Amino acid sequence: MGEKRIIYMDHSATTYVRKEVVEAMAPYYTEHFGNPSSIYSIARESKQAIDTARAQVAKVLGAEPDEIYFTSGGSESDNWAIKGIASANIRKGSHIITSKIEHHAVLHTFGYLEKQGFTVTYLPVDRFGLVDPSELEKAITDKTILISIMYANNEIGTIEPIAELGAIARNHKIPFHTDAVQAVGNVPIDVKAQNIDLLSLSAHKFYGPKGVGVLYIRKGIKIDNLIHGGGQERRHRAGTENIAGIVGLGKAIELATADIEGHNKKIRALRDRLMSGILAKIPDCRLNGHPEKRLPGNINISFEFIEGESMLLWLDDEGICASTGSACTSGSLEPSHVLLATGLPVEISHGSLRLTLGNINTDADVDFVLEVLPKVVSRLRDMSPLYQGKKEGAK
Amino acid sequence: MYSDKVMDHFKNPRNVGEIDNADGIGEVGNPVCGDIMKIFLKIENNIVTEAKFKTFGCGAAIASSSMATELVRGKTLEEAWEVSNKAVAEALEGLPPIKMHCSVLAEEGIHKAINDYRKKQGLEPWVEKNPHSHEHDEGTCQS
Repeated sequence: MGEKRIIYMDHSATTYVRKEVVEAMAPYYTEHFGNPSSIYSIARESKQAIDTARAQVAKVLGAEPDEIYFTSGGSESDNWAIKGIASANIRKGSHIITSKIEHHAVLHTFGYLEKQGFTVTYLPVDRFGLVDPSELEKAITDKTILISIMYANNEIGTIEPIAELGAIARNHKIPFHTDAVQAVGNVPIDVKAQNIDLLSLSAHKFYGPKGVGVLYIRKGIKIDNLIHGGGQERRHRAGTENIAGIVGLGKAIELATADIEGHNKKIRALRDRLMSGILAKIPDCRLNGHPEKRLPGNINISFEFIEGESMLLWLDDEGICASTGSACTSGSLEPSHVLLATGLPVEISHGSLRLTLGNINTDADVDFVLEVLPKVVSRLRDMSPLYQGKKEGAK
Repeated sequence: MYSDKVMDHFKNPRNVGEIDNADGIGEVGNPVCGDIMKIFLKIENNIVTEAKFKTFGCGAAIASSSMATELVRGKTLEEAWEVSNKAVAEALEGLPPIKMHCSVLAEEGIHKAINDYRKKQGLEPWVEKNPHSHEHDEGTCQS
């Protein structure tokens, strides 16, 4: 028996690390391992490597290198941006705004601040997952000190009108943060043109290593530190630098953004064929998210009468890696807050499937999923009491 | 995450389907909570001669339905009533803690089907000895 074929369609969860990135990182584990804070010359190599990575990130975002701070990843960046802005501006007010569909790194941080006494507005989204800028405008008060809206949603792939939302925040002189963890490499980002004051990103979503991310902080923004200690990152983020990780992030972001249009064209072609194939082949299913304003690799479809986890188990059996918004895989008993916020009924949210395509996917992968998925859905529907009810109802 | 036994009963579920003119039918769960189980029993001379199921739910829910129908087959109604959720979970070589409610659902489904039969026979339904706080019918999904 040959090795089981694996079809990885969960790139929004994480990606593999590109070979070139691993190669760029390796010397910083074995040769240039010096602590950048040290005085001897091998430490200088480390210091220079970090400066290079900082410049690579700044260039991609349209920022200045001294506006880039390295962190341990997206969750830390989100926590720092939100808690740091909240505590630094508490005298001005205690109202903060976000959306109902944020990643938990944002949502739970807002929940934490709410317990600390902050007032939070969770902006609704429409059925496609879009935040309405006029809703943001209405929510702002003279006590508002922070607005945080994600760039692109990790579950349904919806891309938010960031420049417009940022312009509203800027107009009211309120710091605007965006969690761009899913956006980098898929959408061109320009922090200046898009009125972004703070932006979080994470290397492992664009073929870089895990455990390293960035918080962009626009010059002049008043923010407290999150990690206290040594004087690293210009006294704003303590802790000995993850040099190899930072080098990897720099290399990965450079490669991921070298040809965003070309990348999107390729991924979108595969995605569209898979998406329309599923919708055409399988009855009683619906697309979640926006038909056009969505990440190029994202597919999120709900299948009626069946539950997501059992779908994932069967797909895994065929070597297909995917994810679901069903409660049954999340460790909680509630289905995806994102799907519920778009107005999808709870019972249908349980039957959602997310496939996120990336660099390693091929036309053969799409063909295989199109062959396997309809069988999985029909096998589960055959044993579902809801499906039987539907058939009888249709008679 | 799941034991081999759970995966076996998930991938090769025993007793899937319906029984025409079943003597007892029990439906438990709620689509809002992500699981519904429908149990069908054929009963002759106080013995469960056939048990089948239809389930909407996760891997553990399907495996629990399959195992529960296996466990009650051939048993007297009294014996079948005693098949507990723990017995289902143990026969499956364990379930993750968050999935224990799937075995509870299976026990409840069997009980409901047995009582459906008893009611049809003009008999008093049996009372749950250890009512579970499974509140599917009251809008929450905790078990």
